Amino acid sequence: MSTETAVAQKEKEALFSAKRRKLITDPLNDTNPVTVQVLGICSALAITVQVKPSLFMFGGVLFVLALGNVIVSLLRNLIPSRVRIIAQLVIVAALVIVVDLVLKAYAYDMSKQLSVFVGLIITNCIVMGRLEAFALGNKWWPSLLDGIGNAMGYGLILVIVAAARELFGSGTLLGFKIIPAAFYEMGYVNNGFMILPPMALVVVGIIIWVQRSRNKKLVESN
Amino acid sequence: MNKESNAYIILFSVIMVVIVGVGLAVIAQITKPNYIKNQEIEKKQNILSSVGIRVSPSEAEATYNKHITGSVVFKQDGSVVDGQDAFLVDLAKELKKPEADQFYTLFFCSKDNESFYIIPMRGKGLWDAVWGFVAVNNDGITIAGAMFDHKGETPGLGAEISKEGFQKQFLGKKIVDASGEFKGVEVAKQGKYPEGYEHSVDGISGGTITSNGVSDMIQKYLKAFQAYMKVNVSAIPAPQPEPETLDTLETTLIEADTIN
Repeated sequence: MSTETAVAQKEKEALFSAKRRKLITDPLNDTNPVTVQVLGICSALAITVQVKPSLFMFGGVLFVLALGNVIVSLLRNLIPSRVRIIAQLVIVAALVIVVDLVLKAYAYDMSKQLSVFVGLIITNCIVMGRLEAFALGNKWWPSLLDGIGNAMGYGLILVIVAAARELFGSGTLLGFKIIPAAFYEMGYVNNGFMILPPMALVVVGIIIWVQRSRNKKLVESN
Repeated sequence: MNKESNAYIILFSVIMVVIVGVGLAVIAQITKPNYIKNQEIEKKQNILSSVGIRVSPSEAEATYNKHITGSVVFKQDGSVVDGQDAFLVDLAKELKKPEADQFYTLFFCSKDNESFYIIPMRGKGLWDAVWGFVAVNNDGITIAGAMFDHKGETPGLGAEISKEGFQKQFLGKKIVDASGEFKGVEVAKQGKYPEGYEHSVDGISGGTITSNGVSDMIQKYLKAFQAYMKVNVSAIPAPQPEPETLDTLETTLIEADTIN
């Protein structure tokens, strides 16, 4: 599923060479983990009713993915290949528990709202996919960029979906009233369906549709 | 050392697990005080919300201190247990003790010149624990509010107990009948009792086991509450329709309250 981005790095390559910049920008569009690789859909449906939880989720995934990529990349010559999946799981699980503990201590409301979905970052295919496909074969700096890029690609879709759902489902963005009261007086009603999980799937579908119609690289040739 | 040998793999695993374990334990210790504080604030918010006071976490502490005037720990038979802080009693732990040794708690609350009893409770739903706080009016028999929550009931079915629609039904229900006998409030299947029956609320369709769990929990804790009232706040007369008698009853209750 995941595109092969592993490239042999020449020595003394600039920190932000064109190739490395692509590690960050590609996942935002051409290799977007959600809309192109269709990974991490589960959490994209579950926690995108409002923008705020999805921002926290993005933060959690960014932390786990970026740090997980760096750790696995640093250990890649030490990890025995027979137990590499287990080793990756232990690293990811540990990072996720850190996120969970920190949320519980410093953002209790959010932690309750995200509930099991913080723990489920472990099973988010994006995380394991990047560790396996990229971090195991690259140095730590490109791995870090790759992790950040993919987390941003995931977060971007999350925030777009959440913004659409919160705006049309509750008439707010980040809790602020956006749709003026005058609209409601004229008979506008919030779309209750937007709050339900199926609508997230529809919104993701619309995003994929728009993206594919604009980005010819994504259209299969047959 | 050969990277693929069994010895290396075992060594690698052991070192990795130890490092991760120690690291997580340290972080857990660092975050623990904050987490416990958050839980306390949430408990205070829950206690207050049973009498309809909704506050943000930052105001919970002050509002709690303002409205909650006292608390008491007692046993099933109504006898008061001294030297226990009701707020720190963990009902989950109490449930594991033999019935007669279990501690029950009660909070006294005053709001807009009215006083309420708030009874924390805990029981079993379908998947995991359910808990709640039921507020009873000064008369000791009329329910003034209820709040329930759960750990992992099925969303849309059992989880509905945490919704306002379910909790609102409890308003005005009586825990003793006209003859003064304990009835509690049963969470019953819709239509089991005639409309307007004072000792039941409608259960949740498709959430029968959760409803039964909530029902058993309410019966158990209200019964203990009634025992406490009988022992400590003199006998509770049956509800009287005349307002004059109610007034006198209230004054006696307030007096008894202050003695406690």
